Amino acid sequence: MKFRLTFWKAVFLVIMALGLYSTFVRYFRGLGAISNMTDQFPWGLWIGFDCLCGVMLAAGGFCIVGAVYLFNVERLHSVVRPAVLTAFLGYLLFIVGLLFDLGRPWFIWHQLIYMNPHSVMFEVGMCVMAYTTVLFFEFLPNVFERFHLTTPIKWIKKIYPVLIILGILLSTLHQSSLGSLYLIMPSKLHPFWYTPALPFLFFGSAIAVGLAMTIFESTQSAKAFGRHLETPVIVELGGALLVALWVNALLRFEDYFHRGMLRQIFKPSYEAYFLWLELTLAFVIPITMLSFKKVRLSPKLLYLVSVFTVLGFITNRLNIALIGFETYVGHHYMPKWTEFSVTLMIIAMGFALFGVAVKYLPIFPEEKQAVKPRLRTETRPVVATPVLGHAGD
Amino acid sequence: MSKALLYDATMCIGCKQCEAGCAQQNKLRYDDAVAAEPVQSDHKYTVVLTKDDKFMRRLCMHCEHPACASVCPVGAFHKTKEGPVVYDVWKCIGCRYCMVACAFNQPKYEWQSLNPRVRKCIMCPDRVAAGKQTACAEICPTGATKFGERDDLIAEAQDRIRKNPSTYLPRIYGLNEVGGTSVLILSSVNVENYGYPASAKIGDTPMPEYTGRVMEKIPDFIPVWTLVLGGIYWVSHRREEVAAAEAEHKNGSAR
Repeated sequence: MKFRLTFWKAVFLVIMALGLYSTFVRYFRGLGAISNMTDQFPWGLWIGFDCLCGVMLAAGGFCIVGAVYLFNVERLHSVVRPAVLTAFLGYLLFIVGLLFDLGRPWFIWHQLIYMNPHSVMFEVGMCVMAYTTVLFFEFLPNVFERFHLTTPIKWIKKIYPVLIILGILLSTLHQSSLGSLYLIMPSKLHPFWYTPALPFLFFGSAIAVGLAMTIFESTQSAKAFGRHLETPVIVELGGALLVALWVNALLRFEDYFHRGMLRQIFKPSYEAYFLWLELTLAFVIPITMLSFKKVRLSPKLLYLVSVFTVLGFITNRLNIALIGFETYVGHHYMPKWTEFSVTLMIIAMGFALFGVAVKYLPIFPEEKQAVKPRLRTETRPVVATPVLGHAGD
Repeated sequence: MSKALLYDATMCIGCKQCEAGCAQQNKLRYDDAVAAEPVQSDHKYTVVLTKDDKFMRRLCMHCEHPACASVCPVGAFHKTKEGPVVYDVWKCIGCRYCMVACAFNQPKYEWQSLNPRVRKCIMCPDRVAAGKQTACAEICPTGATKFGERDDLIAEAQDRIRKNPSTYLPRIYGLNEVGGTSVLILSSVNVENYGYPASAKIGDTPMPEYTGRVMEKIPDFIPVWTLVLGGIYWVSHRREEVAAAEAEHKNGSAR
């Protein structure tokens, strides 16, 4: 195979090179050298984005698995595999992110022997570990199919109901618990974001983003791998997304209403600007767009809606993790470039691994239905940049 | 039963002997440069602050219900029966949740280290367990920092306020804040001016309760939610089986 340097491949290589440099700084110079985290700001971009957002972006796995296997929404069957793949990679990369952020990552296994059941972090850690294992088993059939191993597929099919229920249970627990992490900081986190409802809001946003991410990644991979995009699937997901967004918006409204914050959130302030940005991206634009039938039937516009939704909820989680603490701390926190570079490297790894998996494993339905699997590699259309088609998008 | 420290800011002369004693006890560097640092850090567990000729000491409050101990995923913090909140560096994985969770911002981090530890005042647990007082209390020339039984110190603080109502603000900081702390503060000015969080803001609720309210529901939530999910799964697949059986039956009779 000949190597052709395309624009996105070049971007990918630059990101990886800078990332490797930052990795060196992280492990040989320490957290103080690589980040702008301080005693006042002990949690920075890595917790805000890699952890809080990463787990949210990987929520598509349990949303789609739940819809298809729990509620029998057969129409979504074709996106189960890409959604599970995204989730599996997402959680693996979340763990990679943790290895950068933890001060003593070589002791991460202490989690398994020194348990503190009162700690939300302990619960999140155990759930993530268990759920990554579940995702591994949900992902395995792809590999078995690739190598025509029918017996182990039968085994996995037998335990599939257990995997599905366990996966959804674990997801419910840790997606909401990520919000519970912040419940112990009532005096620190800005009241726009501190609410006893945090676990509910985190779970709700995980479902909305899970659906949006599935639209996003289906469209992206259709574009990048030259595949046919199944319009009915995207339309179905768009409809579900509208419902999920309304539920989320109502939850937020209820919360502000009950806490008597409705007047404050409209008063201009540093935090208010970020709140408005978040609410506009996550609710106003997507809900308005989805209210038009034309948008709900157009895969292109639905893709745009999904981008707004994802950006909106990323803003929401960054607001909680970073902006919401600035007034309390008394100064701003701006991540160092090396922090960005590690995060970018992790995202780029995600795109690249997704590309590799799609290339070599029967992730998409066309391949699943291929009669003679051996012919697959020969008949696959050659796409210019299959691996890095959308790296860094 | 449990031990505590009473710091009386009106008796403090700002000599910083407690800083020096603390550094010596914990084998930390202490020179003029460190003495001049007006903040706590990984190499300065306690600090004497000066503002308008008045002094105020800052140190770990050793909460009765410590947030750091409740949030630590590996239980690296715990409150000993004598009162000190201590840290086990071996268990620590470096997640820094303790630092974010502490209402008093006491845990500090060795950001420059390749194998960083969380650092804070640990109230000389070995000395306390051996029946001695803390290094800072022992060295204090005026008795501004006093070591003793928490109940006795509270009684004494109340007594001091009663006898000199013009000197003291009528409150003992740490008596009820976040459910009570093992460091109690008396002063003529608001401790909030020196970076302590306002009592109204942190409240009297022990910090672990905020997350405990959610965590205590999980043992009930898991079986209930599993049953619900399993039920939904069973119903939707049962429906499928019935439909399939009916279809087969129809096909069979049609043939």
